Amino acid sequence: MNYLERRVIHGVLLLAGVSVLCFAFGVMAPGDFFDEMKLNPQISPATVAALRSQYGIDQPLPLRYGRWVESVLRGEWGYSFAYNCPVRSLLMVRAGNTLLLTTLATLLAWLIALPLGVWTANRRGRWDDRLGLAGTTLLLSVPELVIALVLLYLAVRTHALPAGGMVSVGFGGLGKQAQLIDLASHLVIPAATLVLASLPLLVRHIRASVLEVLQAPFVQAARAHGIGGARLLFRYVLPAAANPLSSLLGLSIGGLLSGSLLVEVITGWPGMGPLLLEASLARDVHVVIGAVMASTFFMIAGSMVADVLLVVLDPRVRLGST
Amino acid sequence: MRTVSGYSESATTRAQSPGAPGLLCARELTVCYASRGEPSSPALLGIDFDIAPGEIVGVLGESGSGKSTLALSILGLLPESADIAGSLVFEGKDLLRFDESAWRGIRGARIAMVFQEPGLSLSPVMRVGSQIAEVLRAHRQEGSNHRKLQVEAVLAEVGLTQVDRIYKAYSHQLSGGELQRVALSQALACRPDLIVADEPTRSLDGTRQKEMLDLLRETNRKFGCALIFITHNPGLLAGFADRVIVMYAGRIVEEGPVSRVFRRPLHPYTKGLLQLMPTSLQYAGRTRGQHLPVLPGTLTDDDHLSPGCSFASRCSARTQVCQTEFPAEVAPEKGRRVSCFNYEN
Ligand SMILES: Nc1ncnc2c1ncn2[C@@H]1O[C@H](COP(=O)(O)OP(=O)(O)OP(=O)(O)O)[C@@H](O)[C@H]1O
Ligand code: SF4
Ligand SMILES: [Mg+2]
Repeated sequence: MNYLERRVIHGVLLLAGVSVLCFAFGVMAPGDFFDEMKLNPQISPATVAALRSQYGIDQPLPLRYGRWVESVLRGEWGYSFAYNCPVRSLLMVRAGNTLLLTTLATLLAWLIALPLGVWTANRRGRWDDRLGLAGTTLLLSVPELVIALVLLYLAVRTHALPAGGMVSVGFGGLGKQAQLIDLASHLVIPAATLVLASLPLLVRHIRASVLEVLQAPFVQAARAHGIGGARLLFRYVLPAAANPLSSLLGLSIGGLLSGSLLVEVITGWPGMGPLLLEASLARDVHVVIGAVMASTFFMIAGSMVADVLLVVLDPRVRLGST
Repeated sequence: MRTVSGYSESATTRAQSPGAPGLLCARELTVCYASRGEPSSPALLGIDFDIAPGEIVGVLGESGSGKSTLALSILGLLPESADIAGSLVFEGKDLLRFDESAWRGIRGARIAMVFQEPGLSLSPVMRVGSQIAEVLRAHRQEGSNHRKLQVEAVLAEVGLTQVDRIYKAYSHQLSGGELQRVALSQALACRPDLIVADEPTRSLDGTRQKEMLDLLRETNRKFGCALIFITHNPGLLAGFADRVIVMYAGRIVEEGPVSRVFRRPLHPYTKGLLQLMPTSLQYAGRTRGQHLPVLPGTLTDDDHLSPGCSFASRCSARTQVCQTEFPAEVAPEKGRRVSCFNYEN
């Protein structure tokens, strides 16, 4: 069994474990979706009881889990009480939106952090490195909630950007290009929040990884052979830093995904974050489990991307040494 | 002490008297490392030496005597925290005035280096062949096909027969001996005038050490490149080096042709080092894992600060004057120098 196969099996087991835990917690928590109905005088207790048995809520936990697994295998991912439809149709749209946001944020964050980290590592101790360090320290101390609120405030004040939502009213009537611009303008604030929030740690970790390679004996040896400048950076330093950086990429995808759930709620981006919040409050159990599972899946997929990258970039991993 | 035969014939004739013009002339070379902004005691202190074209010079000294600092100075690779003073003239030009791009033209092309740990001095994620090609690429404008042929040729020159396998290998797939040969081939690739080898055999066992020394000697003869061979093991120098420079506490305490210094060492420190060397190990050195016996005592900060001889606290020939005055350098015979008040005893 090779490295990647092991990782896939590991991922599947992790998903199964998460589903069991979600189920157990979701069901063991007091109350359920139909509790609210009991307070409604117009609905008779008999109706509520009938609904509960129809949805199978009155049954023991293992049985309910079994039925849920069955529905997952059918591709329905359970049933939403609140929306009265299979979870899958709900989740697909929301997960797509989250994926759009986090993919964009991850790409942007890395596009900015990589050159910054490499640059400051190469300029260690000089004024620009210190400036970078001060900047990241400052940014690190601001929670993403505050970043989002400041951006939203600016958007509302200047009317430059839409504050909340994914598309404007009348989106359907716009031309293709106008639709794209509208979507992009709605993406700016949630994406910028995520990028700003993840940037400082990314820059620091990249700087540290590059710095470590810069001090490696083989970099000094390459310099002793007259190799320097961009050639040294791109042929020696960065390929050797690819190993820690791939792992960092996996971690950063996970971080951005979980950060995205909160940022979506604050900035009104219709991704899995608001759905999860809403479903948790309503005790719409299958939706909650579905959203948690989807997030877990994305995180696992993210770290798999990082693993594949590692195998491609590092011959030590590829050829199975150490 | 072993009487020197074989190689030593050329040694005596080639030996330079201090001050004669050569390939590399160091004068008053001083290096201080600063730690956290504070300068520490100097790692090199007013060093003078000359290297003639094509000769092999051994630099001998215990750990911390400044050998690696000397090597890095010659290649302009000291860390930014180090201050360097004096002059280091290579083919008429003072290297200490070079900027980074001028250094890059010298390093690998005119002065090359072989490091102590060949496994660590190769990138773990680049094929070995490409790393040798990179050295050529840094200094010569040639097509990559031509470069590949050159790499194969230089691999053969260092005695590697399975050129194809080595070319495609990553460093973790090669043995210690192969790695050290690859490192040497990188140094040789551009036919430098001087190779600085910092303990290149330290990680090898006895047989491999001897093979490596033979190979170094052979390339030195074939290509006429001078070699500075740094070691803490005098056993490696007998029959191998032409001249020896003995270092203690950042200073040169004795220098001369290996044959004469080993037959009759003058400085008590040299005497001590040579006495510790068991006869059976005189040529091949020790096998890996075993350590050479060390002189009793260690160098302390007080020794650095002392106005007198820095070896005084460990010296059995010490007299009154040793603690108060620094022993000036004297040339007791042609081609030799020593800095000790009591070298005649
Ligand atoms: N980067 C550095 N920063 C501060 N001090 C250093 C640095 N490198 C070496 N030194 C100090 O300089 C002195 C000489 O060190 P050097 O490495 O040149 O000795 P060496 O003879 O090569 O020893 P070894 O046989 O252990 O390699 C030592 O006291 C050491 O602590
Ligand atoms: S000068 Fe004195 S202390 Fe120094 S080595 Fe000579 S005898 Fe020993
Ligand atoms: Mg050393």
